[in-house]
Amino acid sequence: MPQQVPRLAVLFAVLVVGFVVARESLVPDTFGDVGHYRAAAVTSIAAREKSYAGHRECADCHDEIAEQRLASHHSGVACEVCHGPGAAHSEYPDEVELPAPRERGFCPLCHRYDPSRPTGFPQIEPVAHNPLEPCMSCHDPHAPEPPEVPEECGACHGQISRLKTVSHHVTLDCTTCHATEEQHKITPRLVRPGKPVDRGFCGTCHDEDADSQADIPRIDLATHGEDYQCWQCHYPHYPETG
Amino acid sequence: MAGPADRVEACLQPTDEVLAGARPSDEVKAGVRPPGEREVDRREFLEQALKAGLGVPILLGVIRIQDLVAGDAGQEGYEPGEHYYGMGVDVGRCIGCGMCAQACKTENDVPLEPHYFNTWIERYVIQTDGAVVVDSPNGGMDGFPGAQSEGEIQRTFFVPKLCNHCEDAPCVQVCPVGATFTTEDGVVLVDEEYCIGCSYCIQACPYGARWFHPEKHVAAKCTFCYHRLVEGLVPACVEVCPTGARVFGEVEHRATPLARFMRLNEIQVLKPHLNTKPRVYYANLDGEVR
Repeated sequence: MPQQVPRLAVLFAVLVVGFVVARESLVPDTFGDVGHYRAAAVTSIAAREKSYAGHRECADCHDEIAEQRLASHHSGVACEVCHGPGAAHSEYPDEVELPAPRERGFCPLCHRYDPSRPTGFPQIEPVAHNPLEPCMSCHDPHAPEPPEVPEECGACHGQISRLKTVSHHVTLDCTTCHATEEQHKITPRLVRPGKPVDRGFCGTCHDEDADSQADIPRIDLATHGEDYQCWQCHYPHYPETG
Repeated sequence: MAGPADRVEACLQPTDEVLAGARPSDEVKAGVRPPGEREVDRREFLEQALKAGLGVPILLGVIRIQDLVAGDAGQEGYEPGEHYYGMGVDVGRCIGCGMCAQACKTENDVPLEPHYFNTWIERYVIQTDGAVVVDSPNGGMDGFPGAQSEGEIQRTFFVPKLCNHCEDAPCVQVCPVGATFTTEDGVVLVDEEYCIGCSYCIQACPYGARWFHPEKHVAAKCTFCYHRLVEGLVPACVEVCPTGARVFGEVEHRATPLARFMRLNEIQVLKPHLNTKPRVYYANLDGEVR
């Protein structure tokens, strides 16, 4: 055997051992077990403490309230939305008590009128809506039906009613155009209000020959707008924009 | 699966070649060279030897000692491979109450100061002159007091935002040490112990979903509340969303709330042109939302 072979073999051995040792000491444990990361990191992230227990855990003890809530308009509002994080309470029910917000400022977080909120979401103007009265004196948060059906459509349809008040249609009642059954105020999604279905309805005020106030703008229903329905161009709640 | 023994055998081959290559030069010294045999001079021999010398440890390095010691880590009773998560956000249902942003900070120990958010709500106001005004006071945590009225409003709405847990996540690609990664169940996480705090991922994220933790000095982000997922719970923001604007579930199974959400809505993702393949799916998303 030529003498450079054993010499190189020693060199190889040093390189190999050096590489393996360096790799073992530099690459952290569990790196590459699953992917290009430390598998132990997933385990430690999965082991973090939770603060929110989840509404199912609440229902284990508070089953009556949970049932009541699930049958109400607040069926989608989990317990911890109002009562705050409850994992500690769930673990030590006697030591840790959860707050129940009763002050008037809390409900408007969701129910204060805001133009950016979707139409149809029940919204009120806290300044005008029974001022100084705590919400709970009329509304049970676990079953928030109002004690009496709201007189104003604007109680729920705030955006539309606000727009209408600054338009020429301000004097019209909502029911002039929308035939609305009383039941709509109790089960709003099951019984829907009616809507005008044809041009003739607008024509009862706006046609040339209509029997209505003289200052109402008139059109010839036969020629104006051709095949379109009126509300395809004019927004009835604010017709000036049309 | 290739066993370590196969690999060892493969590693040894180059060494044999070197030895075979070494023999002729010996014979040159002795002056007895068989006809037609290639002469290998010292330079060539050293080159080959060097190549083999580098190749062996690299190949050997692939075999990790840990690989030989069988060990399985993981949460008991939870199989990451059986899940693949995503979130649905219905912009048409968001009322901007800020419960999600608050709950997220509580659940995940996020500093309360502004600018540190795993999830936040943006208010879009699109004016009749075409101007788009976007704001997010304190991430929407305190609600949105006072609607803007500088121009005439054409339409306005809230958009909840969070990490999109992209399938091809730019943040994962740029991490120099492998401290940010996508789990088997499709969640992009940060390894706090291994992160070197270079902030490269924060710059790479096109959604602005990452932030630098002021005390831990590591990158931080939404984890889809991974610690809740392994217990079978939904993320805290989904738990507390009062209007059902956030939906969570499996992307691929049919019978999950998210699958139903994706069947019944027209789905869009944020910045689709970047091909990040987000797993946060938006319904009723306005064209102005970036």
